[in-house]
Amino acid sequence: MSAATLSHVADAHTDHHDEHEHHEELSFVRKYIFSEDHKVIAKQFLISGLLWAVLGGTLSILFRLQLGFPGANLEWLKPVLGEWIQNGKLDPEFYLALVTMHGTIMVFFVLTAGLSGTFSNFLIPLQIGARDMASGFLNMLSYWFFFVSSVLMFISLFIETGPAAGGWVIYPPLSALPQAIQGSGLGMTLWLCSMAIFIVSSLLGSINYITTVINLRTRGMSFTRLPLTIWAFFITAIIGVLSFPVLFSAALLLIFDRSFGTSFYLSEIYIGGEALHNIGGSPILFQHLFWFLGHPEVYIVLLPALGITSEIIATNSRKPIFGYRAMIGSILGIAFLSFIVWAHHMFVTGMNPFLGSIFMFLTLIIAVPSAVKAFNYITTLWRGNIVFTPAMLFSIGLVSLFISGGLTGIILGNSALDIQLHDTYYVVAHFHLVMGSASFFGFMAGVYHWFPKMFGRMLDEKLGYIHFWLTFVGVYMVFFPMHYIGIAGFPRRYYSFTSYDAFSTFGDLNMFISAAAIITFAAQFIFGFNFFYSIFKGRKATQNPWRSNTLEWTTPVEVGHGNWPGAIPDVHRWPYDYSKPGAAEDFIPQNVPLSATPESNLPHEQDEAKAVAH
Amino acid sequence: MNSLFIILTAVLVLAILFLLFRVQSLVSIMTGSHEKRAGLSNKINAALFPIFFVVGLVLIYIYSGKASEFYLPKPASEHGIVTDKLFWFITGVIMVAFVLTNTLLFYFPYKYQFKEERKAHFYPDNHKLEIIWTIIPAIVLTALVFMGWRAWTDITAPAPKDAVVLEITGKQFNWIVRYPGKDGKLGSYNYKLIDATNEVGIDFADKASFDDFLPREIHIPKGKPVLFKIRARDVLHSVFLPHFRQKMDAVPGMPTSFWFTPIYTTDEMRGITNNPQFKYELACTEICGRGHFGMKFILVVDEPEDFEKWYSEQEAFLKKNPDYLAKVPSTLKDLAFEASNNSSNKLSSF
Repeated sequence: MSAATLSHVADAHTDHHDEHEHHEELSFVRKYIFSEDHKVIAKQFLISGLLWAVLGGTLSILFRLQLGFPGANLEWLKPVLGEWIQNGKLDPEFYLALVTMHGTIMVFFVLTAGLSGTFSNFLIPLQIGARDMASGFLNMLSYWFFFVSSVLMFISLFIETGPAAGGWVIYPPLSALPQAIQGSGLGMTLWLCSMAIFIVSSLLGSINYITTVINLRTRGMSFTRLPLTIWAFFITAIIGVLSFPVLFSAALLLIFDRSFGTSFYLSEIYIGGEALHNIGGSPILFQHLFWFLGHPEVYIVLLPALGITSEIIATNSRKPIFGYRAMIGSILGIAFLSFIVWAHHMFVTGMNPFLGSIFMFLTLIIAVPSAVKAFNYITTLWRGNIVFTPAMLFSIGLVSLFISGGLTGIILGNSALDIQLHDTYYVVAHFHLVMGSASFFGFMAGVYHWFPKMFGRMLDEKLGYIHFWLTFVGVYMVFFPMHYIGIAGFPRRYYSFTSYDAFSTFGDLNMFISAAAIITFAAQFIFGFNFFYSIFKGRKATQNPWRSNTLEWTTPVEVGHGNWPGAIPDVHRWPYDYSKPGAAEDFIPQNVPLSATPESNLPHEQDEAKAVAH
Repeated sequence: MNSLFIILTAVLVLAILFLLFRVQSLVSIMTGSHEKRAGLSNKINAALFPIFFVVGLVLIYIYSGKASEFYLPKPASEHGIVTDKLFWFITGVIMVAFVLTNTLLFYFPYKYQFKEERKAHFYPDNHKLEIIWTIIPAIVLTALVFMGWRAWTDITAPAPKDAVVLEITGKQFNWIVRYPGKDGKLGSYNYKLIDATNEVGIDFADKASFDDFLPREIHIPKGKPVLFKIRARDVLHSVFLPHFRQKMDAVPGMPTSFWFTPIYTTDEMRGITNNPQFKYELACTEICGRGHFGMKFILVVDEPEDFEKWYSEQEAFLKKNPDYLAKVPSTLKDLAFEASNNSSNKLSSF
């Protein structure tokens, strides 16, 4: 398309949209591509995240085919996978590449960039009452660094030696030696470059979120009046700033080992018929560095989902979130503890057993704030007046998955029990429930809840219900049975189990899991249709469709640049005044002054209202 | 032609689904159902939560009973009995928590579903309640940590002095096992000495290495502590003995170890599992490349006297590969010849 037609299209757009806005018009490119508007950037992250989710899901279906139907003839995949299909079977090395890329894509590109990128960007300015992020330019860079990183990772899927295949944790020496596995050649180089750029993107985003939350809150929006979403995004960003640089250093040292002959992680290796010169490095060092990010990363993925859920459950229960301050406290507690539990991933690496004891103790402490969160969600439902929007369904689903997956963490965190269960399907079941599925449910809940604000239209509710129930039942059918397989000792990342007598059972259960996975994956296309159809053809949204208290619903249905056409509203109360006794409606938005609601003010609020009046 | 029909059918099905969707949304506009705050769908969703939970619990219950013989094979080591007990105890505790919390979580949506005339209960906090449910999990978890810690310190304590020692080295994609021979001492090694035959790089300048032997299967005696010294020569591997509840990574450049005491011989286990073909297996549990899933090694637990017999029958590496005598320093040649050819390879500690 030539520049002339581009600007023509842009003019057509702006003419159509900007009836109530009178600032200078931006070109199409500045408005939709290199945009500095947090809402557009959020949508960019959202669409990218969803596309990555489709790809990450597809990869998992491919390896589930192998695990569930080990005898099946996969020749029909040859047109897509080419040489990776040999004699109608997946190549074992490609199988490892599949699990590696599935993990990488889901953890980093979908649940970190897709989730935080979308909702931190979209909600922070809207919910704290700011015109935009502190730096729109850095925010734009954050997305485009992410985009470049995505492109590199995507390219790595198509190269002849295949993408990285050493597991998403890329432990050296496997990831350092192309002799050990093909994927550690160019694929791994691309992986490392992509992740380095990804980290830059993540840091730019996080610094922006932190600065915005601290500096740009509207009048009256004290920290104790912030919605829990913002608390979660804020703390998540801080965790990211503190932990991602450590992954960067780990990756950097790995790049040095791979390309410049250093020995940070390599020692006494004989491979491919020759003894390497490297001496004195430690593969365990990499694991410490990796998990120093890796464990906080779990909470980088999970906390935003929990924040979103807090908001949605309160809104749709028509009740204040129970224990607002305890919720903040537990977010802070989890964030702090997340930095001192990393070595529970390493109980059987040969680490000093005394360290194992310490990390077992620290790990199990983290269950306490997590339990508090679960109890608070349940109590919020108690004696509510619950409206089941699709977002609410996904939020309740999240709490269930969070509990089910979290509880098995008590077993895995116990180093004596981890000996048997480490690197088995029990671990796979655990983290897919507590971190993967729970965060994905938070993601979906967020999309269903804030879609009207993003696109000015509603998603179809009935399709949302069908999507939820198929996904919820499906996720449990996929991951719950894995506990049995894990207890039986089946190791993860196995291409096939047939050579072992000890792992010869459960063929039927694996088939069941694969079938459930395919159905669950297919159900996501209901959402895909709903999403893209509703952007253009959905029912027009009203200004505050969920009767919610937070500030974003005081903006016009179609939010323009700068968010509020007039002055930014002041905030006079916390965000959870739902069903307040005495109030006429079952919600009082944050921008309603106390003086306007004498009938429902609590005694101390009554005093406050008087003080303001004087 | 076949694929064409499949594609046409798929298109048709999608078209029908789309029509259903359009009809549904038009009907909801006509009846104005979306203007109501909560209608029939709200009731259905509310009811589905408890139904889902009850059906799920029943299925879990039935399957757990049916499949019980397949998961968690009988432990065959002393500490395995301890950790299995602990595992089932903690599983019991978390099952209670699971059922309690999920019961409330799925019952409340049903019970407190939207009703136009009702107003939700404004209930922002209750410090007493919050303190109680912070302290109870904290106490329970402390107890669980303490139990785990006791088991862990026992398991990871240094091996007894009289333990049978063997060395296992992981490589892409199999394991190499080395016993110290009759002197009970493993010869030293150097990765630069590795070649196609001397796969673990035994250093024949060390006289402890002369009687070392490398069998095709691991044999260990029942009822005696066994110490595995673990190495890797290329990438990470992990020694996993599912029946003995034992696992430890094999790390290039950093030797690791574990020890345990087996309590059933292979024969006894055949009786216990009702499987005359039963064999103890060793698997790799750290991703190590293409053949990761095929790194199986067989382990045999013998009665102590059978073990001793087997041990004495093994031929030293130097005997099987006399070429390597050339690598022995000339002053030690006689010793090497004698040590490697001594037919009674009796372990001194026995």
